[in-house]
Amino acid sequence: MTKVIVFVDHKRGVIKKATAESLSVGKNIAGQTPLTAVMFGAGAKDAVSCLSKYGADREIVFDNKHLKNPVSLNAVKPLVAIIKQEQPDIILFPHTAAVKELLAAVSANLGIAPIVDCVAIENTDGKLICHRPIYAGKVVVSLTSNQKPTIVSIRPNIFPVIERSAKTKIEEFAFQLNATDILTTIREISCDGKTRPELMEAKIIIAGGRGMGCAENFVVLEQLADVLGAAVGASRSVVDAEWQPQCIQIGQTGKTVAPELYIACGISGAIQHLAGIYSSKTIVAINSDPDAPIFKIADYGIIGDVKEVVPALIQELKKAKQSS
Amino acid sequence: MNILVCVKVVPDSETIVKIAPDSKTIDETNIRLAINPYDEYALEAGVQLKEKVGGEVSVISVGDENASGVVKKCLPVGADRAIHLVALNSRMAEPLSIASVLADEIRSHPFDIIFCGKMTIDAQNGLVGELLGSLLNIPVVSAASQFSIEGDRAVVSRDVDGTKQIVECALPCLVTAEKGLTKPRYPSLKEIMLAKKKQIDPKPVILGEPNLCVHGLNYPPNRPAGKIIGEGAGAVPELVRLLTEEAKVL
Repeated sequence: MTKVIVFVDHKRGVIKKATAESLSVGKNIAGQTPLTAVMFGAGAKDAVSCLSKYGADREIVFDNKHLKNPVSLNAVKPLVAIIKQEQPDIILFPHTAAVKELLAAVSANLGIAPIVDCVAIENTDGKLICHRPIYAGKVVVSLTSNQKPTIVSIRPNIFPVIERSAKTKIEEFAFQLNATDILTTIREISCDGKTRPELMEAKIIIAGGRGMGCAENFVVLEQLADVLGAAVGASRSVVDAEWQPQCIQIGQTGKTVAPELYIACGISGAIQHLAGIYSSKTIVAINSDPDAPIFKIADYGIIGDVKEVVPALIQELKKAKQSS
Repeated sequence: MNILVCVKVVPDSETIVKIAPDSKTIDETNIRLAINPYDEYALEAGVQLKEKVGGEVSVISVGDENASGVVKKCLPVGADRAIHLVALNSRMAEPLSIASVLADEIRSHPFDIIFCGKMTIDAQNGLVGELLGSLLNIPVVSAASQFSIEGDRAVVSRDVDGTKQIVECALPCLVTAEKGLTKPRYPSLKEIMLAKKKQIDPKPVILGEPNLCVHGLNYPPNRPAGKIIGEGAGAVPELVRLLTEEAKVL
């Protein structure tokens, strides 16, 4: 009997892929015990069909007029109240930027030491051994918690999504949230207008480094990304040179990604960068320097100038698309 | 304005990490210690705020005895004082224990704002700032890429899972720094000399009993050696074939 609660991260009612992964992990741990999803915000009830698909047997929903940003620090009081009522053994969070402040606030409130950013979880009779990378992924530590509940977050894009069909029962949670409970307010949200997938959830990532030559040459990477439905990333040196913004940096002081396909264009492969892409399923490297360290970890390499190879790749992919 | 900055002394990012014979820690010999890079952005943000509105910057660090030399390096950057909470074997301690010790110390200091780095590059939990803010019962805004004060409120821009947010909260608050929030300065020789007069207060502290048990450290599995398909644009058709038929990722 392992009672598991999964906290749902979503954008205006659309659950994130990392949430589906968390539910899949949660169901594996819970086994025959009903799996509970907790979702806050206006779209919570409408998301029930989606939560059923990933195995949630119950959905606890909460909404309140003050809670304009339901996946935030402001949700700490109702979430703590739900945990106290439900007495779960394990609370699972997707390890997304939006969730992190809330996870910490819940942990501080309950006096629980959380285990975050896990890439593998072993379950022996409800006792979890959680594996998480440290030192930029140079080593992996395995940990267990001796506290109940155990608070765990899982790294996006690592765990498989498993589709199931559960009958999800919706339960509304009653809680008095006041205006004074709102600690942070969002003044403005903006997207960059691009329709590309988010780096952390992308199946394919095209990343560029110094070898791109200049900021303008990233246009060709964006074209390649559009052909493949991919996200665009950048190496640290490119961000430091201000060719690309910090928010797309991949590596130790940027994002750690794990796509199915990572295409490194003009990236030499400093150890700090390799740490950020190590869990990718397939890595392709295109670089003019045959001795670049990136070739040591790439599954497939092409030695050559990215300015010639990438446009050729775009043409070849378009051709393949048309013929299929 | 009373500005606090929390910093941690960590092995620098070039460190070659070797697992120690106990298989639960890393070999600490020949490790070069440095201020955690994200904490440098936080410190610079604190110093820039002081330069703009006046006040004092105090640096607080929890760490082993050998960390004090590195903590001192915050002084020439513009911190007025540094408090070193000396806790033995604390470098990889649980974030909640570290945050509790910091909170206990900070409760005896007046403050308007606390800056932390968004995560440390050794344990990479990215939790101490958020936990500390919650323990002190103040708003927390993490991973700031821009920061300003407007009246009695802090205004922060940040990137959250692919969207840009502008978030605001009342002071006092805690802000954690993303890379690029500031450009850390290199102190001049004069500042380094002047900083020698500034104090660093060591205070022994005891961390709470751990709640997490470390089973062991392992190296990640090696990626099998890949293959060079060829040179130049001529190799592209073969790459597409391999990605489609062998790797099955297209």
